[in-house]
Amino acid sequence: MATEPLRMPAYGAGELSVLDKLETTPRPARRFPLQVWRGAWPRLAAVAIALAVWQAVVLSGWRPDYLLPGPVPVLRRLAADLTQPVFYGAMAITLERALWGFGLAIALGSVVGAVVARNRVLRAAIGSLITGLQSMPSIAWFPLAILLFGLTEGAIGFVVLLGAAPAIANGLISGFDQIPPLLIRSGRAMGASRFQLFRHVLLPASLPAFIGGLKQGWAFAWRSLMAGELLVIISNHPSLGVRLQLARETADAEGLLAAMIVVLVIGMAVEILFSSVDGTVRRRRGLA
Amino acid sequence: MRPAVRIDGVSHAFGQGGERLLALHEVSLELRKGEFACLVGASGSGKSTLLNLVARLDPPTTGEIETFGSRTALLFQEAALFPWLTAADNVELPMRLRHVAADRRREEARQLLSAVGLADFEASRPHELSGGMKQRVALARALAQDAAILLMDEPFGALDAITRDLLHDELERIWLERNLTILFVTHNAREAVRLGDRVLVFSSRPGRVADEFRIDLPRPRRLESPEVARLAGLVGDRLREEVLTRGH
Repeated sequence: MATEPLRMPAYGAGELSVLDKLETTPRPARRFPLQVWRGAWPRLAAVAIALAVWQAVVLSGWRPDYLLPGPVPVLRRLAADLTQPVFYGAMAITLERALWGFGLAIALGSVVGAVVARNRVLRAAIGSLITGLQSMPSIAWFPLAILLFGLTEGAIGFVVLLGAAPAIANGLISGFDQIPPLLIRSGRAMGASRFQLFRHVLLPASLPAFIGGLKQGWAFAWRSLMAGELLVIISNHPSLGVRLQLARETADAEGLLAAMIVVLVIGMAVEILFSSVDGTVRRRRGLA
Repeated sequence: MRPAVRIDGVSHAFGQGGERLLALHEVSLELRKGEFACLVGASGSGKSTLLNLVARLDPPTTGEIETFGSRTALLFQEAALFPWLTAADNVELPMRLRHVAADRRREEARQLLSAVGLADFEASRPHELSGGMKQRVALARALAQDAAILLMDEPFGALDAITRDLLHDELERIWLERNLTILFVTHNAREAVRLGDRVLVFSSRPGRVADEFRIDLPRPRRLESPEVARLAGLVGDRLREEVLTRGH
């Protein structure tokens, strides 16, 4: 090839970088307190409205107030309960079960999801079964769980696991399905091995859907756990469910509602945690 | 001197049985080391298929493709950057796949990004960059594959005219500096003449090389120069002829 040495136009730092500046918009600085307030006020307003409706029902005299106490005595009772170690003991037992069950569900759901998503035969075989399991009310598992495990921690764990794992597996499967084929081709053209493609392309690409699956899985796990704690009462394991049950038996309406509030708040707190992780991931990718 | 790429009697078909579609028919082609070859043809003429075969994304149905131990890097019309990685991490990824040490990787990625004029955008995410900038990150990422052969599938097709013009200069500079062999697919005859040492006219259904033009114009060339326009006219006429005789 007989090309003469070329004199290339001197640009580079010039025109292109001017274009670059024009074509990118600087990120607006976010003021943190304002950000928090924007996220918080609709939630606070919703809580206020809920409390007001509750109070209105109580005031209407629909039920006597030893059966349906208003928000003020219940919140006072909650504050009192929160100073007692027994209450935290119950919470700890419930949270430990949630952690175990949900943790196992993440492990099982991820493995099953990843394998099923990548294998056509397995997909045809059990893909729709997973979706079916997801819509099965978890409380329907309890009779079987009690037969298999007796009134033990195992029975509760079993049902929490079965409640949450299908949603997590499905999240991962739909995550894999939504990966743009171009990204996979791009990874392959780069010379990625099968494992490298999985590790560096497929897994990170499916992360948003996987987080969605975790969020849904958590909701199922928490519901299953509460059902379980009402059905499978193990002596000397005073969980939140046991407190609910006991409060009903002793007609302690204030205690019952206080425990319910705790159940609601824990469920929501974990949900908010997943949502904020989800939001961060999406923002980074320019999806939100 | 042995060529950089040899495509020998390659045919490629999609589908099976009666619905078999012959995408490429008996394509033979050699690229010299350091050659810039442009492939022009109507859409659906199998140009992209040929690039995929050379990139070893698929094996050809018949025939052989030889790259003599050189790695190939493939660029698409869309940048296909990984949205969860920063610009620098995108460029680092091919090196990670080859197990290059972390600090060398980082240094190399920095150099490659400044080679495409994006030194200030290392930490940017793909969605924060314009189309042209994404395509330059993709170019840096392709260079990070340490490939002697660059396969480009209408890489500037989706860009505006000014950006495209500047990227032509940029690509030409990088090609010369790194002594790359480039196979560049486009449907734009002018772009092909602006960039290529050789322009190959591809016919459709099945795709095969119908004609070739040597472009001996001195570099750097300009897209709007009369010589480029004249040769592009000849290429365009030949292309039209191909399309018409194929009843396409």
